[in-house]
Amino acid sequence: MDFLLNITPWPVLSALLWIVLAVTALYFARSSAHKAIRAATDTLYQSLRFASKAVLRSATRLSKRNREVLLAAGREAKERIVEREFDRISESVRKDLASFSSLHRALSESINRIEEDHQQAVDVPPDPPGWVKAVEAVAKLDSRDGRVRVGNILSDIHKSLIKAHQDAVTMYREASAKRHTLLHKMRPEWRKIQQTLGQVGKNVDTLLSRSVTIDRHMQEYEDIVTGQDRAASVLSSSSLVYFFVSMLVLLVAIGGATINFSLIARPMAEMVGGTSLIGGFRTAHIAALVIIMVEISMGLFLMESLRITRLFPVIGALPDKMRVRMIWITFTILFLLASVEAGLAYMREVLLQDELATSALLRGDDSGTLTGQYLWITTAAQMGMGFILPFALTFVAIPLETFVHSLRTVVGLLTIGSLRFVSLALRLLAGAFRYLGLLAEQIYDLPLFIPLWLEERNSGNANKSADSAFAR
Amino acid sequence: MLLDTSGTYREELNKAQQIIRYTLARLDATDSFAVARIDTASFSEKDIVAKVTFDDRPSMMNRQKRQFAEKISAFVDGARSSPYTDITGGLLQAVEFLNEKGTGRKTILIFSDLKEDLKDGYIRDIEFDLDGFNVIALNVTKLRSDNVDPREYLSRLADWQTKIEKFGGQWRVINDLEGLEGLL
Repeated sequence: MDFLLNITPWPVLSALLWIVLAVTALYFARSSAHKAIRAATDTLYQSLRFASKAVLRSATRLSKRNREVLLAAGREAKERIVEREFDRISESVRKDLASFSSLHRALSESINRIEEDHQQAVDVPPDPPGWVKAVEAVAKLDSRDGRVRVGNILSDIHKSLIKAHQDAVTMYREASAKRHTLLHKMRPEWRKIQQTLGQVGKNVDTLLSRSVTIDRHMQEYEDIVTGQDRAASVLSSSSLVYFFVSMLVLLVAIGGATINFSLIARPMAEMVGGTSLIGGFRTAHIAALVIIMVEISMGLFLMESLRITRLFPVIGALPDKMRVRMIWITFTILFLLASVEAGLAYMREVLLQDELATSALLRGDDSGTLTGQYLWITTAAQMGMGFILPFALTFVAIPLETFVHSLRTVVGLLTIGSLRFVSLALRLLAGAFRYLGLLAEQIYDLPLFIPLWLEERNSGNANKSADSAFAR
Repeated sequence: MLLDTSGTYREELNKAQQIIRYTLARLDATDSFAVARIDTASFSEKDIVAKVTFDDRPSMMNRQKRQFAEKISAFVDGARSSPYTDITGGLLQAVEFLNEKGTGRKTILIFSDLKEDLKDGYIRDIEFDLDGFNVIALNVTKLRSDNVDPREYLSRLADWQTKIEKFGGQWRVINDLEGLEGLL
């Protein structure tokens, strides 16, 4: 550094000289330097923009693919739902229409009986009494000849009238009683008809509501088939909900499996040894884990055989006879494993008591073997849990299926989000490099302010003289 | 674990029994444990009171622990004082036992006042390999002569430390038995 300042006897002058030389060199190299900076930053800008566009295209492709997969899965699920609804309707119609003929017959018989009873209940007007003719005859008698006989006749007529009246009243009462009896007999028939018609009404309402449901499902199905945005959006949000719900249930299942593991790990040490290791893990722990995994697998196969889940289409497509056989085999294995676990849970309690007794002896306690009147409760509870937990874990197949199906959508959405973020970041970076280039040019020009000012001034004067020459 | 049964130290055996029970409680499957007495001539298998290598199965291990504790209890009840104290012989026997077992960690507990008193004719001035061994002296009680001249006690401890470390072992003295917890 000293030799740079010693080119003249005065270091300040030397420094100034160097500055002038440097500024001059930088000024002459300005154009090339600017081109180099612009080229470098433009290259970075273009590359990053290109990368950003490529990433965005990938995100778009992935989004499209995700949508296709989502719509396909939604279509399949909707087809199953519609198929199930049609099955329900056909079952309902078959059940109701099968009894329609008997229903019709019952209604017809009831109506016939009512008609008959109604006919019988019709009020038949009584025949006019014979004494009316007698009055007519008396009225026609000659006034002179009949006076003597009229009094007798009228007396007879009076007696007849009274008797006839009594007879008429009796007949009327009997007829009314009979009518009431008949009407009373009609009541159960009316009630029966009312109930039958009510039942028919309910069945028809059920069918109508089912048909409304099917309409809705069919509309949704059509939206999915035509690839509507709304349908894709609904399926996507449903998928997210299913993902979180199934994840929650799986976590609960993992908790159950952990409890199950703690029940059988210690007694497994009695079977396979407590200290032998496989790959750094205790053999007893691995054995316990294997038992639990086998139980979960059996549960999975059982669910598949019952066609509750569809993780392995091969199982669902098996002939029915084979599938039923598989159901029995998997259930039997599950039952045996659950029994084994219950036994192991009992053994765990025995081992625990043995260990406590040994510890008490070594501590010098006089209590000896621990006896408790409520010990059987914990033993029974452990055995119960050891037996029930495997069966409870079989149902993990259902949330597992939902989790697996929805995971693809969720991972796809996260990947799309990440790609879009990366694209945005690359684009921002591209812009940043572009402006860095401009900044670099300005920083380069900063020490050259004197020559640049002179250049600007010269070019300004040259423009003025050119303008004035043009004006002349 | 080497138990000193010489002279008045025999009265400390009940404390030793507690230590043995504590040790048994802390040991796990496939661990080996032996208890031998220090008497006139300790370099002998006959001086091993009880020995065990714990089974892999928990139930068997518990049974072995109980049987071991019973043997020790019977020994403590019937032990007689010996006239001489051959600690080096006991140490040699312990080294032989642990080397034969091929254990990963080797620990020798010496329950003694460390006052060696060899019978005439017994040669114990020999070298042996204690590389990888932890030798821990427990309950090193002070003799009456130690109270008169504490230098005897200190030099006795120093001599043993020198001897053990000379042959490649790690030496430690624990008189407060609560210090045993961190050890096992």
